[in-house]
Amino acid sequence: MADKRRTVGRSDSRTEKRLPSDSQTVRLSEHRVVGKALRKVDAVAKVTGATRFADDLAFPRMLYCRLLRSTQPHARIVSIDVTAAKQLDGVQAVLTGPDLPIPFGILPVSQDEHTLCVEKVRFIGDPVAAVAATTEETATAALDLIKVVYEPLKSFDSAEAAVAHPEPQIHDYADSGNLHKLINLEFGDVEAGIGEADLVREDLFFFEGSTHLPMEQHAAVATWSPDGKLTLWTSTQTPHYVHRALAKVLELPAARIRVIATPNGGGFGGKSDPFNHEIAVAKLAMITGRPVKITLTREEVFYCHRGRHPTLMWVRTGVKRDGTITGMHFRSLLDGGAYGSYGVASTYYTGALQTVTYNVPRYHFQGARAFTNKAPCGPKRGHGTPQPRFALEVHLDKIAEQLGIDPAELRLKTLVPPNSLTANYLRVGSMGLGKCIAKVVEGSEWKKKFRKLPEGRGVGLACSSYISGAGLPIYWNNMPHSGVQLKCDRGGGVTVFCGSTEIGQGSDSILAYIVAEVLGIDPFDIAVVTADTDLTPVDLGSYSSRVTLMTGNAALQAAERARQILALHAGKKLEVPVERLTFADGRVFDAKDRKRGMTFAEAIQLAEAAEGTVGTVGSYTPPMSAGKYRGAGVGPSPAYSYSACVAEVNVDPETGIVRVPTIWIAHDVGRSINAASVIGQVEGSIYMGLGEALMEEMTYRGDLKVVHKIPSLLEYKSPTTLEMCDVVTYLVEDPDPNGPFGAKEVGQGPLLPVMPAVANAVYDAVGVRVDEVPITPEKVLKALRGKGKGEAARFGPTSFPDIPWPEPMRVPTPWEGGDGKAVTAKVSPAV
Amino acid sequence: MATITFEVNGEREEVAFAPHKTLLEVLREDLGLTGTKHGCELGECGTCTVLLDGTPVLSCLVLGLACAGHAVRTVEAMAQGGKLHPLQETFADLGAAQCGYCTPAFLLAAEALLAANPKPTRDEIKDALAGNLCRCTGYIKIYEAVELAAARMRGESAEPTRESLYGR
Repeated sequence: MADKRRTVGRSDSRTEKRLPSDSQTVRLSEHRVVGKALRKVDAVAKVTGATRFADDLAFPRMLYCRLLRSTQPHARIVSIDVTAAKQLDGVQAVLTGPDLPIPFGILPVSQDEHTLCVEKVRFIGDPVAAVAATTEETATAALDLIKVVYEPLKSFDSAEAAVAHPEPQIHDYADSGNLHKLINLEFGDVEAGIGEADLVREDLFFFEGSTHLPMEQHAAVATWSPDGKLTLWTSTQTPHYVHRALAKVLELPAARIRVIATPNGGGFGGKSDPFNHEIAVAKLAMITGRPVKITLTREEVFYCHRGRHPTLMWVRTGVKRDGTITGMHFRSLLDGGAYGSYGVASTYYTGALQTVTYNVPRYHFQGARAFTNKAPCGPKRGHGTPQPRFALEVHLDKIAEQLGIDPAELRLKTLVPPNSLTANYLRVGSMGLGKCIAKVVEGSEWKKKFRKLPEGRGVGLACSSYISGAGLPIYWNNMPHSGVQLKCDRGGGVTVFCGSTEIGQGSDSILAYIVAEVLGIDPFDIAVVTADTDLTPVDLGSYSSRVTLMTGNAALQAAERARQILALHAGKKLEVPVERLTFADGRVFDAKDRKRGMTFAEAIQLAEAAEGTVGTVGSYTPPMSAGKYRGAGVGPSPAYSYSACVAEVNVDPETGIVRVPTIWIAHDVGRSINAASVIGQVEGSIYMGLGEALMEEMTYRGDLKVVHKIPSLLEYKSPTTLEMCDVVTYLVEDPDPNGPFGAKEVGQGPLLPVMPAVANAVYDAVGVRVDEVPITPEKVLKALRGKGKGEAARFGPTSFPDIPWPEPMRVPTPWEGGDGKAVTAKVSPAV
Repeated sequence: MATITFEVNGEREEVAFAPHKTLLEVLREDLGLTGTKHGCELGECGTCTVLLDGTPVLSCLVLGLACAGHAVRTVEAMAQGGKLHPLQETFADLGAAQCGYCTPAFLLAAEALLAANPKPTRDEIKDALAGNLCRCTGYIKIYEAVELAAARMRGESAEPTRESLYGR
């Protein structure tokens, strides 16, 4: 009966009050699904080739889109003549910048991209025109017929060049000249802290840019229906943000736009921005009324980029004789490339997480991001934190040596305690780094090897931490970060709807496992529908290692609400109090008399008969962050993962070639939802970290160094089976109260310690410091030659440019009585 | 248009296509066999690997025309009668497929390896798969899946190790 039907939602508090408390049903002492090494729910589709990626889609009368890209690094567009292209047989439409005048960008503060450049181009590869034609060959031929006249402007190839030349500005909204963003945050009186130190050490580091290199090139297909509805299938990690960008640029109501994220053939952060090619095919579909598809060439994927920012870093730390840190001052200068992308967040991230591993009582961070005329940088696995982590962990290795303390011991002495607040107001919950260090020290036989291996062989240790999702959304709103709808079918099947995006990390499976655990059913009896803005509640996307924690919590809430409803009706029928019921093995039964029960399907049928369709929702919003200062939005997370890593290397002094036979890694994942997936993420992270440590780099050539040197999979060196090391993985499970079943992130954190561990191992092997990644043979040889001549046994940067820093924003630390806010009045440093 | 007759996944196919098309394009666009993927279309990544007369080839570098009279095998033929191939079973169970985009190529390259060498060493597996890039897995689960499938295909009853699935 309709009046008895109820929906369960967080907004309906009266409904919630009528429900029996979930704690009344009986929990199993052991998990049936969570923690097990199960197959992923999409594994069979992946191994049979049945998974439909964006480029696998085809529609009748589909047109093909190609983009004409700038040949100039920085130039005013004087004119574009598309007459001849439009006349080519088979060409259906041609677009240029003025057709799509509204700018977009992932961050509200950097709406600086156009679908096609309007007034000027900012890097070689910037798109200026789009063609839709009946074949890809025709579209490509049409590009050759478009005549663009450019008026070149001075271009800048590095962050240093951008610092030196404020004019001409690449973007007029930059904080200062060609410096996009300038940050100056001081937590406590750092100089006073450093003044209390027994040893003060200063170091410079450089981290070269690298790219995600997903095996799948970005692809998108758009269709337009005469009823005014647009559908876009695209290989994106963030369909929700693409949805918003399309609505904005195309001036369509969001309700008429459907974005479907196809399974991503690898993402790693590279498919997290709304992209010009996605908007271009949507507009072309609207104009032509036909499906339009684009698949980027591998070369174009290098122009999309959004990869690791090349970052120059300076760090100065004061320590006591026993290794206690008294103060730290960290500066970073990021080469952002031509657009904002996530860059403001990336810049904050280069200064955010230094404080969550080792106790830093006073901390000063200055960060700057430059615009340059190169492919835009953005978020790559670890987003802004691998660079400072590399610097910090090598810096600490040097400090440990100067103090005569074993680097593992030094770290163990200075660990951030669990359940504490850092100087910059990050709330640390569970903290398993100490256990991680112990695992890799023991497993690698560190004490037998460190400084004891023969010349040419060495070991190095490094640690790290990463967020399990960002505490704040990308655009300001107070809605949940993740939502789940759950539908119970009277046949016993359950469907989970969630906006999360499967990029290979297993996010679809996480939903099934968690719901299966709570409802006591087989995860393969659960259908998962994800990443479709028409069908699924919003999840913000597959970035910042947020998905397991946030969608997991939303799924947990939805499943628990379903369990409550089913328990109520099953209990009535069985005449068993709800608090004695449990759910397992596809049944609902009396925990004290297992025979007294019913199938899960029967429980659904009872509930459906009594109440109507059984469906619930769940959602998740992260806890409020403790910091209230400007910039406090980057760094807070519901939970931090921790990793410790030991790398063993062989260095050939003749060639400078570094080989890594084995990496030992321990990762504090809180709790595995699927152990095999966790191991897979760890191994994949080690692999990608090894690539960054030894070979991966976005390098540019030509007099101006703005032409991408290597836009191909062959020339952009990445590890093959022949370079990949053995990995010994230890999982540390220290459940975090904020994670579903205690789970924290694993997709990004284990990458972070690899680069510094390798660098520290190279020093252990041959006594030279390569303070720059990738650690290529050339750099090792230069450092070895320097050592041989009695010069500095080091390769790395030697200076940090003068930057017009703004006045520091001073935030008193928690132990100075701070409340997380900046002090507005200028105060003289407390002594 | 060029017309050729060749064997695709054990069945005779006659297909007409523009003569400049690669085998990759003929498979994906003219035969609808989208299980074969592409990562570069320049012969650099191995993602488009199929078997031509039992030998792994990069289908982006083979002209469709050159396949006349030959036999091509793609991932779509590996599962038979609704049952996965042993390699597909182990790839699925160990997590050797993450995003799954490079997986069809790895499966076919591995199948060709095991046909020639039923008991490969770890180094032989690495050599055989060195032309295929994977950005997700770090290759380790792929090696383990090939080793496990090889053992099962030799008739041994083999299971994944605990360390492989749960760490230490």
